[in-house]
Amino acid sequence: MSMQSQDIIRRSATSSLTPPPQARDHKLEVAKLIDVSICIGCKGCQVACSEWNDIRDEVGHNHGVYDNPVDLTAKSWTVMRFAEHQDEGGPLQWLIRKDGCMHCSDPGCLKACPSPGAILQYANGVVDFQSEQCIGCGYCVAGCPFNVPRINKEDNKAYKCSLCSDRLAVGQEPSCVKTCPTGAIQFGTKEDMKLVAAGRIKDLQARGFKNAGLYDPEGVGGTHVMYVLHHADRPELYSNLPKDPQISATVSLWKGMLKPLATLGLAAAGLFGFLHYTTVGPNRADEEEEHEEKETEEVSK
Amino acid sequence: MQVTRRQFFKVTAAGLSASSLAVLGYAPAALAEVRQFKLTRATETRNNCTYCSVGCGVLLYSMGDGAKNAKKKIFHVEGDPDHPVSRGSLCPKGAGLLDYVHSPQRLKYPEVREPGSKEWKRISWEEANERIARLMKDDRDANFIQKNDKGELVNRWLSCGMLGSSAASNETGILDFKFARALGIVSLENQARLCHGPTVAALARSFGRGAMTNNWVDIKNANVILVMGGNPAEAHPVGFKWAVEAKVKNNATMMVVDPRFSRTAAVADFYAPIRAGADAAFLLGLINYLLSNDKIQHEYVKSYTNASLIVREDFNFNEGLFSGYNAEKRTYDKSSWAYELAGDGLALKDESFQHPRCVLNLLKKHVERYTPEMVSSICGTPQADFLRVCEQMASTSVANRTATILYALGWTHHTGGAQIIRCAAMVQLLLGNIGMPGGGINALRGHSNVQGFTDIGILNTALPGYLALPQDKQQTLKDYVEQRTPKAPVAGSVNYWKNTSKFFVSLMKGLWGEHATPENSFGYDWLPKWDRSYDLLSFFDLVHQGKVNGYIVQGFNVVAAMPDSRKVRDSLAKLKYMVVIDPLQTETASFWQNHGEFNDVDSSQIQTTVFRLPSSCFAEESGSIANSGRWLQWHWAGQEPPYEARHDGRILGGIYMKLKELYEKEGGTCPEPVLNLNWHYHDPYDPHPEEVAKEANGYALADLLDDKGNLIAKKGDLLSSFAHLRDDGTTSSCCWIYTGQWTQAGNMMARRDNTDTGLGCTPGWAFSWPANRRVLYNRASMDESGKPWDPKRALLHWDGTKWTGSDVADYAATAAPGSGVPPFIMLPEGLGRLFSVGAMYDGPFPEHYEPTESPLAANPLHPEVSKSPVARSFKADAERFGTREEFPFVATTYSITEMFRHWTKHARLNAIAQPEQFVEISEKLAAKKGIKAGDEVKVSSKRGFIRGKAVVTKRVMTLQVAGQEVEQIGIPCHWGYEGTTRKGFLANTLSPGIGDANSQTPEYKGFLVNVEKA
Repeated sequence: MSMQSQDIIRRSATSSLTPPPQARDHKLEVAKLIDVSICIGCKGCQVACSEWNDIRDEVGHNHGVYDNPVDLTAKSWTVMRFAEHQDEGGPLQWLIRKDGCMHCSDPGCLKACPSPGAILQYANGVVDFQSEQCIGCGYCVAGCPFNVPRINKEDNKAYKCSLCSDRLAVGQEPSCVKTCPTGAIQFGTKEDMKLVAAGRIKDLQARGFKNAGLYDPEGVGGTHVMYVLHHADRPELYSNLPKDPQISATVSLWKGMLKPLATLGLAAAGLFGFLHYTTVGPNRADEEEEHEEKETEEVSK
Repeated sequence: MQVTRRQFFKVTAAGLSASSLAVLGYAPAALAEVRQFKLTRATETRNNCTYCSVGCGVLLYSMGDGAKNAKKKIFHVEGDPDHPVSRGSLCPKGAGLLDYVHSPQRLKYPEVREPGSKEWKRISWEEANERIARLMKDDRDANFIQKNDKGELVNRWLSCGMLGSSAASNETGILDFKFARALGIVSLENQARLCHGPTVAALARSFGRGAMTNNWVDIKNANVILVMGGNPAEAHPVGFKWAVEAKVKNNATMMVVDPRFSRTAAVADFYAPIRAGADAAFLLGLINYLLSNDKIQHEYVKSYTNASLIVREDFNFNEGLFSGYNAEKRTYDKSSWAYELAGDGLALKDESFQHPRCVLNLLKKHVERYTPEMVSSICGTPQADFLRVCEQMASTSVANRTATILYALGWTHHTGGAQIIRCAAMVQLLLGNIGMPGGGINALRGHSNVQGFTDIGILNTALPGYLALPQDKQQTLKDYVEQRTPKAPVAGSVNYWKNTSKFFVSLMKGLWGEHATPENSFGYDWLPKWDRSYDLLSFFDLVHQGKVNGYIVQGFNVVAAMPDSRKVRDSLAKLKYMVVIDPLQTETASFWQNHGEFNDVDSSQIQTTVFRLPSSCFAEESGSIANSGRWLQWHWAGQEPPYEARHDGRILGGIYMKLKELYEKEGGTCPEPVLNLNWHYHDPYDPHPEEVAKEANGYALADLLDDKGNLIAKKGDLLSSFAHLRDDGTTSSCCWIYTGQWTQAGNMMARRDNTDTGLGCTPGWAFSWPANRRVLYNRASMDESGKPWDPKRALLHWDGTKWTGSDVADYAATAAPGSGVPPFIMLPEGLGRLFSVGAMYDGPFPEHYEPTESPLAANPLHPEVSKSPVARSFKADAERFGTREEFPFVATTYSITEMFRHWTKHARLNAIAQPEQFVEISEKLAAKKGIKAGDEVKVSSKRGFIRGKAVVTKRVMTLQVAGQEVEQIGIPCHWGYEGTTRKGFLANTLSPGIGDANSQTPEYKGFLVNVEKA
């Protein structure tokens, strides 16, 4: 299967002078809908994902919670996050959210990625990583407003959910969707998923969840993984789902630089860059700064 | 926009390098492509998940296209989208099946552990079979009991027991039955004893059959779903699909009553906490609510229950005791728990409900003590929560609304387990919810084929098809038939057990073949007779006393599964030999091995010879399993057993043929049943599932004619209905309720037509015993005139000559509307039992008794009779019960979604999802004990201790019970010292060795422990 058949609409680190083939753009936009209100947190999706994708994470430890693995890793592309919540005087709720790639319409990872063709977006909305092109720089991690991609220490490449692009390519639904016991994960065209969501929201509102709603955040142009939330006004209750995700400042700056570079002439800049790379080596952050950044992240969490 | 120095460099450096690469012609080649779809031409094999009783359809994908030169190996498993229940879904257990099939702990070769040895030694199958047969024969010849003290013929072998596996196929089960009973083994048991024993005891004595009344898909038709004593989102996630469907598509209300806020509660509309072990009080309170607020379905109660029948005058209930109690023997004389009969043998009744001793009035009186205040005090459930559950349930007393009750081991695992389920049966009868689509009592069975192993009677006093193994007092076939055939106390009642002799004689023909003749009472004498129960708890007491020499343990990790693991382990050390047949390494097989503090034994002191024989797993065999909805589903092998592993049939065939050879050569004690066993398989060393399935179904052994002389079946034909069975030796059937599963038309269990004929009924999918009925007691979904109580829930209609519709009528097919034939055809009276005549051991009405280990000083209802007055306990177990002073907290064990019993700990994918033992405690207790989430804690009971990580949670609540605070500790029961998960203790180290008064299913819930930071 060659690239041309892949209906690519966006390609990382590719200037507008050499865009990916665009002709096959007449395609249904797909979406995965995760209805948190009927999710039992069984982790069937988690297991089916690893099984289908032939990945096996480490056998870890219990950390005093049901979350296991405790975070996404290069070998766990989706994890369930459990949060106990009780409003003053209200009933106890166990809010369980399947976390993983949101397949943004305007993907921060793709924008941040410096390696041409390492991240692609297909016409159906799927954002996919191409490991061969990945240079392991980790910019996709920084660029993702949902903190999803992870670098694998064994091969220094980034990994995340592909929305089972291999299954989609032959007309099947993603593995997690198929396996979901309660129908909390559904798959179809984005249009259909919004309709399903509307029905669910109506039901939830009738059951007393006045703020039930759909999570399809505009800050990233909407997503191809959407949530139905009982408390759509407070997405942060669901293990810190960002209320208004935006592509980070860094990535915007990077995108801002590439374009002028292209107009100024790639050759000059390229030569300079090449010299810099070969004589000085790739730029690395010093440990202190790395540490600082981590702290900032934790505070913001 | 804020940009740090580092971020700036990051951006510029990468930008430059990327741009430069492109300029220099390093533009990446067009490699972008999605991963190849890996299943394109793989072999797809239909199978069923081996874990729980939902029986999900799975597709096994194997390498190779089936060519002879390609060795099949399964490399992927996913859900079967055609399956009516699972519709392609698999829970985390099912989704991880691949890692179970290829677990590094799969057994590869036969092995032996010699007495005193520290290790396994590989041996050949030949050596294994020879040594095992020799040990068994020597033991049997020396210890077989032909006559009891009274000189009665009993032909039993008590020094050897056998355990079957509820994950094995029905065909393996039939072979287990034949093998064990021919040898005279009485203690033949399976995991059903440890899970749903009380279900059979309670439901059979309420409605006639001991099974889930409806089926998985039918749950979608409910208006109200009460989940209590169960946690289907975790234990049966894919079946729970249909509860969610009811919510989403039928606007149903879902309520959960549970000691902890479970994952089922996470998606319910309402959750109410309850103290583990107080369920009967809650439900009796609900019955009181329904009766005192007149929220019952009057016409249903009058026509279809025994509410109007009159009970004997000498029946009474006083201060916690029913009439007939013998304090010395701790048993009841149940003769007063009966209907008052008229001279014609029929029960007296009063349909005006004026008679003070009609069942309804006795019930009203019995439950009036269970006021909302009393319920709240005993259960710790806030009164408002209790009343909310009552109101919702009461809303279904109208004809066009139904409630379904979903329960599992949260109800069965108590000394009063069967009576809790009886309460539920009574609630549903009062509400008119039995026989109704979207109603019923859905007993969610545990293992994938525990329903099948219950059906086949792999239980010590049972025979296949819910027939009973004869007792000493039934010395002749005539005695047996007379004592086991009930008489109908209500006119017109079908009383289907009147056919007992036909089912029994056909079974004998299946068991002994041509050796069963009218002259020898069809081999009746060869069957072992029982004098007392040899259920798991009581048999292990004998093992503990050193009275047992051998144990055949097939697919049953009994050390991990039984309560009080240490005692069980120490008991096994007293055996002379043990034969473990299993696909996996288990703590049972390696009980003699030292695993540090997890299993601190001195191997050199243990003299048991242990054989470990590798068996196939589900994915490597063909056969049928029965799901909780009684569907017999046929599955096919996706690969060969690995290494030297063998199919169960071949393993049993190998041992049996060796034994037979020895008896032929040497003679021995009572050789007849061994030699006369019907084992005419095409290869007696390797019986094939197809031939066993046909044998279970049954054959015509002569031309069969109906009463008008028409030919029903030719000699040699497979039978199509159990109605054709005879007691003259002209038919055979190894499990009468399965007749119809494999007929002249083929294998009915392999059918795959998933057409919905209405209300989620799929009669063309597989075969549902009995007679392909999908909703049991479905005649009760209509009034006496045949009009459906709810027109939207019409399953059946009368076509002028017979009942027809989307289901098969569970009724006399030709009994016309208005004929007065009552709907519960398996009960002698044909009426649902609010009062269970004579059958239960601990009372015709349920009553709340405290658990064996109670956090209360006394039962608030009757302090003198706090605990079950009839629950059996053995001395060695009773010495190991703890007190509330020493162990102040209530513990409850359970399963969690990611794991299945002690099996998934061998599967990497599941080990990743739940790697390690944890225990759940409330925030309040944690604060008191200085325990933080993630700390290691030590939980101890009188019987031992375990360690685990603390999950400190709001989901476990501190309860107010009878004026005191009660803390509950949640203990998932899944880990051990063999497996891929983190090594750990067996959680059942903590639970006590005492069982339900009716079925001896252990009290795994509601016992006492202490907790401290480790």
